[in-house]
Amino acid sequence: MPQQREAAVLGMWVFLLTEVLFFGGLFIVYTLYRTWYYEAWALASKSIEIVPGLVNTVVLIGSSLTMALSVRAAQTNKRKATVNWLLATIVLGSVFLGIKVYEYSLKFEHHHVPGASFDFYHHADLLGETHEEPASGMTMGRAEINRTTQLFFSLYFVMTGLHALHMIVGVVILFIIAWMAHKGRFDSEYHAPVEMTGLYWHFVDIVWIFLFPLLYLVERH
Amino acid sequence: MSSEHSGIHVSPLSIYFTIFGALMILSAITVGAAFVNLGSFNPIVALLIACIKATLVILYFMHVKYSSQLTKITVVLSLFFVAILFAETLMDYATRGWIGGGGVPLH
Repeated sequence: MPQQREAAVLGMWVFLLTEVLFFGGLFIVYTLYRTWYYEAWALASKSIEIVPGLVNTVVLIGSSLTMALSVRAAQTNKRKATVNWLLATIVLGSVFLGIKVYEYSLKFEHHHVPGASFDFYHHADLLGETHEEPASGMTMGRAEINRTTQLFFSLYFVMTGLHALHMIVGVVILFIIAWMAHKGRFDSEYHAPVEMTGLYWHFVDIVWIFLFPLLYLVERH
Repeated sequence: MSSEHSGIHVSPLSIYFTIFGALMILSAITVGAAFVNLGSFNPIVALLIACIKATLVILYFMHVKYSSQLTKITVVLSLFFVAILFAETLMDYATRGWIGGGGVPLH
């Protein structure tokens, strides 16, 4: 049994290694464009509301805590607690996704979704950042602002979208594991599925730990 | 604290709550620091805090602290691969156009 468990943990980490590289590719694209179009990055990031992002940070780290507690409950043979902590994780994950939907709807409302109706210049103007005589060193016109901020929002949607997709997959897995736990499939000897789900869930949490400052907090001072 | 047969490490509950508290405090610091003008250090501070948070999650929530050497090596390996990805890509972009070639230099 210890050897089986060891194999499962190692295999899961090899999978997570591929996931790290998957998101790593997105982060290098982010890094390059941020370096080239920093002005657009600062402007676009400033237009995103911090509060929903911060609430989601708390919610997701909280869901990591409940996930860890579920694994611990499985380790110590507490079936009921295992199921309950899994359900708590599902609830928190769903709250995160709900807030994400709200945030996306704001982007649609503000025409901040890349595509034909994208228009950031209007918003930038509202922020007082762009005028006829740019006071704060703004050097870009409407076309340039819209082109470069559209890059930021493309990455915003790809990165948060793929992260959210991982969470949706995670919630589905959590439901299955919770059902299995409810049926008494796990005990202190065998609970690898709970543990592996935990590793996956914590990984998704870590991705968000990086996404939050990189997308929401580019230049707030 | 291992369970009798399988040798699984069971962390005390207090560790999970302590780590959660630390993650919350670090999140608050990230937001606070973003509103202070630190010049070019703003992104460095943000990433440093994110790395500390990720390390806490990996070591304690993901139990890597109590995992086998092989697992630890795999975790470090994934970071090493990402380091290669970043180093090679940035090396390429930063040195574009040194000898009259095309490409946009990094500012």
